[in-house]
Amino acid sequence: MNELTRLDATPISPLALEGVGFSHRGQPLLHPVDLRLTGCHCTLVMGPNGAGKSLLMRLAHGLLAPTTGRVRWEGRPPRQAMVFQRPVLLRRSALANLTYALAIAGTPRRQRKPLAREALARFGLAALEARPARVLSGGEQQRLALARAWLARPEVLFLDEPTSALDPAAIKAVEDAVRDFHRRGTRIVMTSHDLNQARRLADDIVLMADGRLIEHGPSETFFTAPASPEARAFIRGELIW
Amino acid sequence: MPDDANAFQTALALILGLDPDLIGIVTLSLKVSLSAVLIAALIALPLGAAIALWRFPGRGVLIVALNALMGLPPVVAGLAVYLLLSRAGPLGELGLLFTPGAMVLAQVILVLPIIAALTRQQVEELHGDYREQLTSMGVSRARRIPTLLWDARFGLATVMLAGFGRASAEVGAVMIVGGNIDGVTRVMTTAIVLETSKGDLPLALGLGIVLLALVALVNAAAHLVGETARRRVG
Repeated sequence: MNELTRLDATPISPLALEGVGFSHRGQPLLHPVDLRLTGCHCTLVMGPNGAGKSLLMRLAHGLLAPTTGRVRWEGRPPRQAMVFQRPVLLRRSALANLTYALAIAGTPRRQRKPLAREALARFGLAALEARPARVLSGGEQQRLALARAWLARPEVLFLDEPTSALDPAAIKAVEDAVRDFHRRGTRIVMTSHDLNQARRLADDIVLMADGRLIEHGPSETFFTAPASPEARAFIRGELIW
Repeated sequence: MPDDANAFQTALALILGLDPDLIGIVTLSLKVSLSAVLIAALIALPLGAAIALWRFPGRGVLIVALNALMGLPPVVAGLAVYLLLSRAGPLGELGLLFTPGAMVLAQVILVLPIIAALTRQQVEELHGDYREQLTSMGVSRARRIPTLLWDARFGLATVMLAGFGRASAEVGAVMIVGGNIDGVTRVMTTAIVLETSKGDLPLALGLGIVLLALVALVNAAAHLVGETARRRVG
């Protein structure tokens, strides 16, 4: 099985969100956010539903253009990938989903199947390679989406609530995969509303509520000495708006 | 007035006896309509997908026009092709009028808007689900066309079938540009019209039965393939 060799030694460009806001039909969905993500950290974006977490991810990843402000990589834009809450898989076999991603990335044809099989094995899907991706279980689909992201060798990986529809065993598989990515030197940006998950994974926490960034800080500080009343309430499990 | 039951028996005898006239007409019908659907699909599938993926001025008008052309009366399509291919027409030099080639051309014009319009609809819907993932992976818009066409394949098979249904059932266009020449451009629908007006009901009825059976067969096969594949692939 292939190594967890780290990606290239060159550091990953910091990602700067400068006054990034987003409105839809004049309705502000995200108020201007300033945020800087650096190094090879695992950042968890937390907050209740409708806080603007997914929106922030899409803006950062470049799927949406901000209405105000700008998203800027301070240096060379890194290789990125994103894993969605509901995995979007092609109507093909598990293996074909991966070889497709490799084809898009420009991998020579002869290397695609071996690389894809290796990724399937890494994520415990080796026996399912011929199975149509769309009939896999929810957990298997999410692992396949992670395997596809793995093959992109992303320097920055965005995950939007990747575990919210999964059972505990599948959640553990996803979290293990996230740790593998992290160990390989990938910066992780992941949304979640699960505090325990944040305690398990996060280096730093971004708390959002009601379309605003409330707080951003290292995980230990966030859990032991939260700065904002919203963060204190969130940690106690109260509803915040 | 001929005996209808008798006509029906004679029709069955013609079919079961593999009457050479009947076989010739059926074969030509299939050749013309299948070629038309194939040619139309080669153009209309990527065209429909492209319209689904690109935003450009006049896109709305184009979509409305395509939808409207789905109801183009076959005789009008036939007349247009007739004018195009007639001796004095712009393509008169080709000498295609009253050949199977002209019939294929007329049916392509009838089938192309159906396949293009329905493909546009299906691909646009599928792309709604795929857009973010494909954008995230950096898939170019041109590269999305084959991706989406392949992933919409089951729905598109039904679209092609609708096209084949229209091509094989129409009579107006092939009558005008083909001329219903015995052994050259006579297909099932034009033969049925002719034999009925001549009073040769057995042959007309026999052809009618074959036409119905063919359409039913093609549809049943496509349904079967589509259902099993859909269940397998999800």
